Amino acid sequence: MEFNVNSPVLFLLAGIIVAIVLAQSLWFLVKAWRRGREIGMPMEKLRRIAIGTAIFTIAPATAIVISVITLSKKLGIPLPWMRLSVVGAITYETPAAANALDAMGLEWAKVTGLDATQYVTVAAVMTMGIMVGIWLVPVIGKKLIGGMINLEKRDKKWGEIFSASLFLGMISAFLGYVFSDFSTVFRGDTSGLIAPLVMFVSAAMMGVCALGMKLFNWKWMNDYALPISLLAGMASAIPITAWLG
Amino acid sequence: MKKKLSYIDSVHRDGRIWNLFVMVILILFPVAVMLIFRAGIDWRGFIQGFLATAPMFWAVGVIETFTYVPMLGAGGSYLAFVTGNITNLKAPAALNALELAGADIKTEEGEIVSTIAIGVSSIVTTLIIVLGVILITPLTPVLNSPVLAPAFDQILPALFGGLGVVYIARNWKIAIAPVLLMLILFIAIPSLGSVVSIMVPVGVVFTLVVSRILYKKNLL
Repeated sequence: MEFNVNSPVLFLLAGIIVAIVLAQSLWFLVKAWRRGREIGMPMEKLRRIAIGTAIFTIAPATAIVISVITLSKKLGIPLPWMRLSVVGAITYETPAAANALDAMGLEWAKVTGLDATQYVTVAAVMTMGIMVGIWLVPVIGKKLIGGMINLEKRDKKWGEIFSASLFLGMISAFLGYVFSDFSTVFRGDTSGLIAPLVMFVSAAMMGVCALGMKLFNWKWMNDYALPISLLAGMASAIPITAWLG
Repeated sequence: MKKKLSYIDSVHRDGRIWNLFVMVILILFPVAVMLIFRAGIDWRGFIQGFLATAPMFWAVGVIETFTYVPMLGAGGSYLAFVTGNITNLKAPAALNALELAGADIKTEEGEIVSTIAIGVSSIVTTLIIVLGVILITPLTPVLNSPVLAPAFDQILPALFGGLGVVYIARNWKIAIAPVLLMLILFIAIPSLGSVVSIMVPVGVVFTLVVSRILYKKNLL
C-alpha cells in the first residue's frame, strides 16, 4: 500500500484509538455518576457539574484543534488528531516530533512530507517519549490517594490545608508564568504586559460574577463564572495585543 | 465468598486495566503502520530522538504524577493521564467542579465530582477535536486568523486569572508566599516560562512547607 501521511488507513487507526479513549471516559463518567446517585447526590447537582464543565471545556478544546491544525501541516491529520486526543499536548508533541526528525537529519521547519519509515520513527518517539503517567498512575496512584485520606483521618484541619496548598501551589506557578515576559517592559517593550493584563481582566470578570451572585442573587451565575471569565479574558487579549503588541 | 470491592477499589481496578490497555494500544499504532505499509523504523533516529525527548518529559511525567494525583483523585487521575492536556484543561476543570460542588477531593463526593468533571471534559474535547478534524478545511482560515490568534495565545492567563482569584481570595494567608516567590522567579528568570511544568511541583512543595509552618504557629 502506498504511504501518505493522510492515508485513510491512518485515519482508521487513529479513529480506533480515539474511540477506545472515548469509551474509557464514558466508562468512568457513568461509574462516577451511578455512585453519586447511590450515595444520595442530587441529580440536579450532578447535571450542573457536567453542564458547567462541558461549557468551560469548549474554548480550551478549540485551542487544541488549532494545535492539531498546526501539527497537521507537517505530520498529516491522523497522527496529531490521535496524539492530541490522547496523552499529548502541543508543548510536548512538537519538540518530540522535531527531535525525531532532527535525529534523522531533517529539519522541523523545512519538512514538507514524510516517507513511511520517517513517519513510523516520529510516531514511535512521540509515543514512547511521554509514556510515564499512563503506567505510573496505576502503579502508585492507590498509595498516593490512600496517603492523602490517612492524612485527613489523622488531622482533619491539616488535611484541608494540605489540599488547598496543592491547588495554590499549582495556581501560583501559573500566575508566575503569566509574568514570564514581564521583564521586556524594562527594555521599553510593552508586549510583556499583555498576559498580565489579560489575567487581570479574567480575574476582574470573576469578581463581577461574584458581585452579580451576591447583589442580585444570580445563583445560576455560579456555574458559568469560570467560562465567562475565561472568554472575557480571551476576548480582551485581542484589543490588548493590538494596543501593546 | 468473594469480597465485594468498595467503589474506590473498583475505580483503581478499572483504572489499572484501562490505562495499561490504552498504553499497549498506543504502542501498537507505529507497529501497525509498519506492518500495513511494510515500512521499517529508523532505529538510530528513534534512539537519538527518544534520548533527546524522554529524559525531560519522563521527569516531568513523574513529577506530574506525584503533583496531580492527590489533586484529581483516583478516577480523575486515571482519565487525565490518558487523555492529556492536564494543566491547561483537566486540572482546572476538576478544580472548578469541586469548587461548584463545595466538595473536598479526599471525600467520596469529591472523588465523584472530579471524575465526572474530567470525564465530561475529555468527552467534549474529543468530540470538538473530531469536529475540528472533519471541518479542518473551512476551519483553518478562521482559527488561524490573525484577529483571533491573540485570544488563543492568551488562554492560560485568561484561565488562571479567573481560577486564581477564587482560590487566592479564599486562602490568601497560604497564597501570599508562593505567589510572591513565583512572581519574583518568573520575572527574574524569564526562561522559566518554558519549563512551567517543572515549576508546578516547586510551587506545590514550597506552599506545603509554608502552610505547615503557619499551621504549626496557629496562623491558619
